[in-house]
Amino acid sequence: MTSSNRRPIYMDYAATTPMDPRVAKKMMQFLTPDGEFGNPASRSHAYGWTAETAVEEARKQVAALVNANPKEIIWTSGATESDNLAIKGVAHFYGGKNSKKGKHIITSKIEHKAVLDTCRQLEREGYEVTYLDPEPTGLIDLDKLEAAMRDDTILVSIMHVNNELGVIQNIAAIGELTRARGIVFHVDAAQSAGKVDIDLSSMKVDLMSFSAHKIYGPKGMGALYVRRKPRIRLEAQTHGGGHERGMRSGTLATHQIVGMGEAFRIAKEDMAKDQTHAAALRDRLYDGVKDLEEVYVNGDMAQSVPNIFNISFNYVEGESLIMSLKDLAVSSGSACTSASLEPSYVLRALGRNDELAHSSIRFSIGRFTTEEDIDNAITHVRAAIEKLRALSPLWDMYKEGIDLSQVKWAAH
Amino acid sequence: MAYSDKVLDHYENPRNVGTLEKDDPSVGTGMVGAPACGDVMRLQIKVSDDGIIEEARFKTYGCGSAIASSSLLTEWVKGKTLEEAGQIKNTDLAEELALPPVKIHCSVLAEDAIKAAIEDFRGKADNEKANDANTADGSGKAA
Repeated sequence: MTSSNRRPIYMDYAATTPMDPRVAKKMMQFLTPDGEFGNPASRSHAYGWTAETAVEEARKQVAALVNANPKEIIWTSGATESDNLAIKGVAHFYGGKNSKKGKHIITSKIEHKAVLDTCRQLEREGYEVTYLDPEPTGLIDLDKLEAAMRDDTILVSIMHVNNELGVIQNIAAIGELTRARGIVFHVDAAQSAGKVDIDLSSMKVDLMSFSAHKIYGPKGMGALYVRRKPRIRLEAQTHGGGHERGMRSGTLATHQIVGMGEAFRIAKEDMAKDQTHAAALRDRLYDGVKDLEEVYVNGDMAQSVPNIFNISFNYVEGESLIMSLKDLAVSSGSACTSASLEPSYVLRALGRNDELAHSSIRFSIGRFTTEEDIDNAITHVRAAIEKLRALSPLWDMYKEGIDLSQVKWAAH
Repeated sequence: MAYSDKVLDHYENPRNVGTLEKDDPSVGTGMVGAPACGDVMRLQIKVSDDGIIEEARFKTYGCGSAIASSSLLTEWVKGKTLEEAGQIKNTDLAEELALPPVKIHCSVLAEDAIKAAIEDFRGKADNEKANDANTADGSGKAA
C-alpha cells in the first residue's frame, strides 16, 4: 500500500479535472502588466481591442467543438449559471405574465442539482414541473417523455451525460419530439462536451450548458449555447452593462474565457484519443474487480461514456469503503460522506435498493490516468472489499443462503 | 469527514471480530440496525456460570464510526457482569471515540446491540430453567 504522505490516486475527473498545462500557459498571457489584461469591452484603445479579439477567438473554439455558430455562445461563470439562465430565462420569457403558451416544464429525476433546484424555484414561482423517472439503466424512455408533453409545456431540460452514471441520453431523438411541438429543449452538457460528438447544426437542441473545468479548463467558467435559428429568447437573470447580447451582463474574464477556448480546442483535437484511452482503462478496472462476488454496474456500460464507471459492492457499506480506499480519490453514492445520511438520489431513481446505493463507488478517469493508477486501484479495492466483507454480518448471512429481503430488520 | 484517531485505530485494527456459536446456551447474540439505514451490528457475548462476560465478538456492516463503536464495545464488556455491561451508555462510547453529532446514532446502535445480546442470553437461560424444572428428577443440571 502507498505511504500516507503520497497524494491519493486521482480518479474523480467527473468532479473536476486538473487544467491541461497548455491551458494554464495560455491563461497566464492575459493577466499581468506585460500581458493582454485589457477589458474586452473597452472600445477606445488597443488593450480592449486585443482582449476582445482573444475572447472572440475563444468563442469560435467553443463553438467549433459542438458545430455551432460562435454568435450562439454566451459566456457564464459555469454550467450551474448556464442551467439557471437557460431554465429561468426561458420560463420567464415564454411562461411569463403575457404568455399565451403556459407554465409547464419537463425534466428528469437524475438531473444535476443545478437543474433540479432551479426547477424547484420555478415551482415556487407558480410553474408546474414534471420529473420523469429514468429506466433502470438510467436512460429516459422517449415514449414516456412524449406522453408527458402537453399543450402548455414550454421547456424540456434533459442532461446529455449523467454525472454519476455516465449514461448518454439520446438528445438527438428528444430534439425531434420537442421541435415538432414548439417546445424549447435545454441540455446540460457539462459531462458530455469533449467526451461525445455533439453536432448542434443537426441536433435540434435549443440551449446547451457547458463547463470549462470538466474538460481540463479553469473552474469558474462556463458557457451557454443559445440557438439563433429558430431564435430562442431568454429573459436575462443578471442585469448591467448589456454584455453578451444583453443576456448576461458583467465584465468578461478574459483569462478564464481564453482558458475555456483553449480547453475546447484541445478537446476537439484529442477527444478520440482521450476516449479510447478511457475505455481501455475502464475495461482494465472492471476486469480487475468483476470476479469479486456480488458486484453490480450502475447504469448501462454499453450506453455510457467510458470515463465514468459506477459500481456497487453488495454487503459493504459505502462510507467505510471510502475510508478503506483512502489512497484513491473517488466519489461514493453514499451521502454519508456528506452531511445527510441519504444515499444517492440518482441511484434511488434507478430503483437500486438502499444497500446497493449506499455501497456504490464512482470512478471517473481522464487524460492523465495511467495503467499503473488502475492496477493500484484494483489492489486497493480488492483489499478493501475483502476486509469489509470479513467484518460484515450481512456477508455472513448471504453466504449462509439467507434472503436478506425476508429478514425483519429493526429499522432505526 | 475527519475521524478521530481512536475511530481510525479501531477501524484499521478492529478488536474481537468474529462469530461465536449462536446456539450455545452460554452465548447471547444481539443483531440491531437495518441494511437500508446503512448499518447492521451483530454482537455476541459468552457468559460464564457466574454471570461474567468472558468473550465478546462482533461483525458490523456500517460506516467507520459504527465499526469503531462496536469494536470498542467488545473491549469494554469483557470481564463485566451482565448488569455492568447493561449499564454502558452510548454517550460514554461517543465521548471515548469523539464521535461528531451526525455519528451519535452509531453509538446508540452499539448500546442497543449489547442490550439485545444480554436479553437473548437471559431468554436462553430462562428457557433452560423452565426445561430443567420440567425434568422428572429435577436435578437441575443442564444437558
